[in-house]
Amino acid sequence: MDWGTLQAVLGGVNKHSTSIGKIWLTVLFIFRIMILVVAAERVWGDEQQDFVCNTLQPGCRNVCYDQFFPISHIRLWALQLIFVSTPALLVAMHVAYRRHEKKRRFRNGEKIDIEELKNEKVHIRGPLWWTYTSSIFFRMVFEAVFMYVFYYMYDGYQMPRLVKCKAWPCPNTVDCFVSRPTEKTTFTIFMLAVSGICMMLNLAELCYLVIKIFMKDSRKTT
Amino acid sequence: MSWGFLRDLLSGVNKYSTGVGRIWVAVVFVFRLLVYIAAAENIWKYEHDEFECNIRQPGCENVCFDHFFPISHIRLWALQLIMVSTPSLLVVFHVAYRENREKRHNQKLYRNPGEIDGGLLCTYLISLILKTGFEIVFLVLFYKLYNGFKVPHLVKCDVRPCPNTVDCYISKPTEKMIFLCFLVATSCLCIVLNLSELSYLIFKYSIKCYLKRYIQKHQ
Repeated sequence: MDWGTLQAVLGGVNKHSTSIGKIWLTVLFIFRIMILVVAAERVWGDEQQDFVCNTLQPGCRNVCYDQFFPISHIRLWALQLIFVSTPALLVAMHVAYRRHEKKRRFRNGEKIDIEELKNEKVHIRGPLWWTYTSSIFFRMVFEAVFMYVFYYMYDGYQMPRLVKCKAWPCPNTVDCFVSRPTEKTTFTIFMLAVSGICMMLNLAELCYLVIKIFMKDSRKTT
Repeated sequence: MSWGFLRDLLSGVNKYSTGVGRIWVAVVFVFRLLVYIAAAENIWKYEHDEFECNIRQPGCENVCFDHFFPISHIRLWALQLIMVSTPSLLVVFHVAYRENREKRHNQKLYRNPGEIDGGLLCTYLISLILKTGFEIVFLVLFYKLYNGFKVPHLVKCDVRPCPNTVDCYISKPTEKMIFLCFLVATSCLCIVLNLSELSYLIFKYSIKCYLKRYIQKHQ
C-alpha cells in the first residue's frame, strides 16, 4: 500500500471534475507524487548518513542535523501532498452520499434507472457546487501554507552546502556539510514551481466556476 | 501480505458504516495509514544506527538504546493501527453470517443484511467501544513508556557495560516529536468520532424504541 490507493480514490474524483480539475489531477499525479516517489526520495534517502561535521565529538552530528532540519523536505512534501489531496475526498464523499440517497429512494419504491445511476456524470450544481468550490479554496490555502512553512523553516528555497553549528556538545563552532545540496535545491525549486502551477490551476478553476454560476443566474433572470 | 490487507478491510467496512463511520475510515486511511507509510516509517528507519553515545565501550550503545526504547515508537504506531482497525471485522463477520443464514434457509430473513439493527447494532456498538478502548490504551502506553510525547535529543545512560554516566544522542528528535504529535492528534480525533457515532446510534435507536412502544400503547 502506498500512494497508489490515494491515486485510485482521486481517480474516482476525476469523473466529477471540471476540465481544469482534471488537468490539476494529472499535474498532481505525474509531476508531484511520481517525482516524489521515483526521484526525490532517493535524493534525500541518505541525508543524515551523509551529513558530515568537522569534528569527532560523538553526538555533535545528531544535534546539528536536528537543529538545521527540524522536519525534512521530503516529509513536508509528503504531508503537503496528503493535505492538498484531502479536499478532493470531500467531493468524492458528497457524490457518494448523493448516490446513496438516490439508491435509498429507489429502494423505497421510486422508479430510478440503476444503470443510469451508476454511469451518471454528476453535474456540479447546487450543494455540490459549494462543496467543490470550498474544496478548491482549501486546496489553495494548504498549498500556500506549506509553501510559506518551507520558506520560513529553511530561510528560502536554497539548500546551503555548509552550515555552522554551535549546539552542545559540539565544541565551539563546527562546520557541517550537507549532502547533495545542488540536487536538493534543484528538486526544491522544481516542487515549488509545480506547487505554483497547481495554485494557478486552482485559481483558474475557482474563477471558472464562479463565472459559470453568475452567467447561469443572469440567463435565468433574462 | 502488507498494509494492502488493512486497506481492503477498511474499504469493506465502509459499506456497512454510518456517515460518521465513513469519516472515521477516511481519517484512518489518509491521516494515519498513508502518513505512516509515506512519511513516518522513513524517519525511524535508521534510528539504531544513528543513535550515538559519547563512548567507545563496545556494547554500550546497544544496551542504552534498548534501555530507552524497549519498543520503538514506529512499531507501537503500527500495532495501534492494526488493533484499532480490527474491531470493524466483527461487523463484517456478522453481516456475512446474516447473508449466509439467508442463503441456507433460502428465504429473505432480513430486510437488508447490512442494515444496522437488532444484533448487528449490538455488534457495531461493541466494535466502537473496542476501537475507542484500544486507542486510549495505546495513547496511555505511549505516554507511560516514554514519559510523555516528547523525544529528548540527549539521554543519560548508566547501564552496564557503560562506565559511569554516558551521554547518548537520539537522531532526528524534533521530526519524531512532530510526527508523534500528529499521531496523538489523529488518535484523539478518532476517539471523538467514535464517541459521537456511539452516542448518535444509542440516541437514534432509543428514540426508535420509545416511539414504537408509544405507538403500540396507543393502538
